[in-house]
Amino acid sequence: MKLNVNSEIALTHLLTRKKQTIIASLGVTVGIGIFIFMISMVVGFNRYSDEALFKTESHIRIYQDDTLSRPLIPKTKLGNTTIIINPKIANLSNTLLNPKKIIADLKKNENIVTVTPQVSVSLFYNNGISQINGVASGVNIIDANEMFNIQSTMLAGDIRNLLSTSNGILIGVGIAEKLNIKLYDNINITSSIGVVKMMKVEGIFKTSNSNIDLTKSYINLAISQQLMKESSSYLTDILVNIKDPNKAPEFSKQLKNLTIYKVEDWQAANEQSMSNKKTRQVMLGSISLAILLVAAFGIYNIINMTIKEKLNDIAILKATGFSGKDVINIFLKESLIMGIIGTSFGLLLASGLIKFISGIYIGGDREYFPIGFESSIFIIGGILGILITLGAGYIPAIGAAKIDPIEIFRK
Amino acid sequence: MRKKIILQTKQISKYFYQPVKFKALDDISFEVFDSEFITMIGKSGSGKSTLLYILSTMDTDYEGELIIGGEKITGQKSDNLAAIRNKNIGFVFQFHYLLPEFSCLKNVMIPALKLGKLSPQEIEEQAYQKLTLLGIKDQALKPASKLSGGQQQRVAIARALINQPKIIMCDEPTGNLDSKNTSIVLETFHQLSQELGQTIIAVTHDNDFAEASNRIIEMADGKLINTI
Ligand SMILES: Nc1ncnc2c1ncn2[C@@H]1O[C@H](COP(=O)(O)OP(=O)(O)O)[C@@H](O)[C@H]1O
Ligand SMILES: [Mg+2]
Repeated sequence: MKLNVNSEIALTHLLTRKKQTIIASLGVTVGIGIFIFMISMVVGFNRYSDEALFKTESHIRIYQDDTLSRPLIPKTKLGNTTIIINPKIANLSNTLLNPKKIIADLKKNENIVTVTPQVSVSLFYNNGISQINGVASGVNIIDANEMFNIQSTMLAGDIRNLLSTSNGILIGVGIAEKLNIKLYDNINITSSIGVVKMMKVEGIFKTSNSNIDLTKSYINLAISQQLMKESSSYLTDILVNIKDPNKAPEFSKQLKNLTIYKVEDWQAANEQSMSNKKTRQVMLGSISLAILLVAAFGIYNIINMTIKEKLNDIAILKATGFSGKDVINIFLKESLIMGIIGTSFGLLLASGLIKFISGIYIGGDREYFPIGFESSIFIIGGILGILITLGAGYIPAIGAAKIDPIEIFRK
Repeated sequence: MRKKIILQTKQISKYFYQPVKFKALDDISFEVFDSEFITMIGKSGSGKSTLLYILSTMDTDYEGELIIGGEKITGQKSDNLAAIRNKNIGFVFQFHYLLPEFSCLKNVMIPALKLGKLSPQEIEEQAYQKLTLLGIKDQALKPASKLSGGQQQRVAIARALINQPKIIMCDEPTGNLDSKNTSIVLETFHQLSQELGQTIIAVTHDNDFAEASNRIIEMADGKLINTI
């Protein structure tokens, strides 16, 4: 019953000042619409760039890091000078010891989606007198495909041919163009320790990174071991993909306790692009927050104006038995109604903008603008819209509740 | 027959500090009895409105004590006071009457809707009845802002009656009314006090109006000078 009178008064206020109500709601609409749209754009772009990254990098990489030679005179007491003479890289080989056990252990972990061994070989690609240096990944092509979805980047050929052709090779499109090599042509490779092999091109791929296309190739694990003149237990990296790539840093910390080798998450390996990502988030986040605040100020203004014009009404209401709480309730309802109307249309506006932008052709491997409907962003935007308008109405409403009717009546 | 006291003030004094310290009410002690129709007279500026605001529980900034219906009002919380006003006190203000955006009918209904004791249908019925009593039923559905001052004043009186309060306080309730409507209001007040047992405290300039009441209180310079 009490709820009804207050609502009725709130509604009457809004309906008798339709123009102001619409303008204030429109402010919220634009604020929420742009807010959701901008955040969706950031999320879409980040997802797109992460996806592009995961085509060539695993979430976590375990490898033997270079260690420097120890000081000749170990540091004993505080203040003693430590002497290092000609520090050298001390590890004799960059192989991982007993990799099968590490892999088996990793596979038991339920957070891990894929584990694949890899041998990285620095080498030269030769065709006649043309030569390019690059890196070949010796892999289990099925595992590697599961991790990087190599097949989706193939311009020509098929990754499965590596299974039947032991000296098959998948090369980046940059290498193919530069060395003028076509599918099923032969290509010579020379490893860093001078082993030469004749390979057959079974596929040409194109990632979103032209630098990778110009250096990278995939070969069978056994060939890569031969290129390094090593046994079949030789591995340089273990690549790990986990369920939630964002949890990679925590997960790699966990793994560090289990192995003596270096464990590197993708965020640490790509510090530069991570900081770019953060900058982007902070920038667009603060712009859209500013827009939201402007919208909130619109609501604040309207409620404030209503209260200024309705001092007499507030005094009469209080005199006839409405409490300060009722007065707050009335004006909160007014801002809530404007907030709900404005936010609803804001959600629609955001949907429209996202739909429009996602249809824009940008070329590249993504083709269309990387943006999508993120229900969580819409939910957050909706809640934020309502909360902010409530807050914007609350401040002047408290002022209205404190109005002393006597002071108004004496005028 | 001993009369029951419905409202009592004990040594009420009030100061204004702006623009200079000024004693607007000086040691006011008096009693109002149940079902009494009492009028308050005095020169302009003698403190009638100031006293009425204190009696209405809206002004809490004073010295002394106010007791209504045996309950001490002085020192109560503002939300409590609002509830007491809603239930027990009907008020007609000097210049400020109605909510302009609502119909006359709604204006009369609002305090009852707030009280929430009756259904909206019953409240509407009662509101029509009060408007009929004051001779402005035909204006019921007009927005309050479209009425003349005198009509608004009568709607405001109807609103003061809606919750059947124990006490009705009026500040110059006939200030805008012609003699015909003044006599309607006078008649209504007598009827309310005699038949429904309601107490009426009315500030007035109109000597004929005062003469027609049960008792007159006169104020001068913030003091009660004469109670008949
Ligand atoms: N808010 C105020 N500040 C200062 N003085 C006031 C205020 N309100 C009223 N007064 C003074 O108090 C006295 C009583 O005023 P009021 O009660 O309105 O008189 P009445 O209703 O009898 O004409 C007057 O002298 C008036 O000037
Ligand atoms: Mg006065």
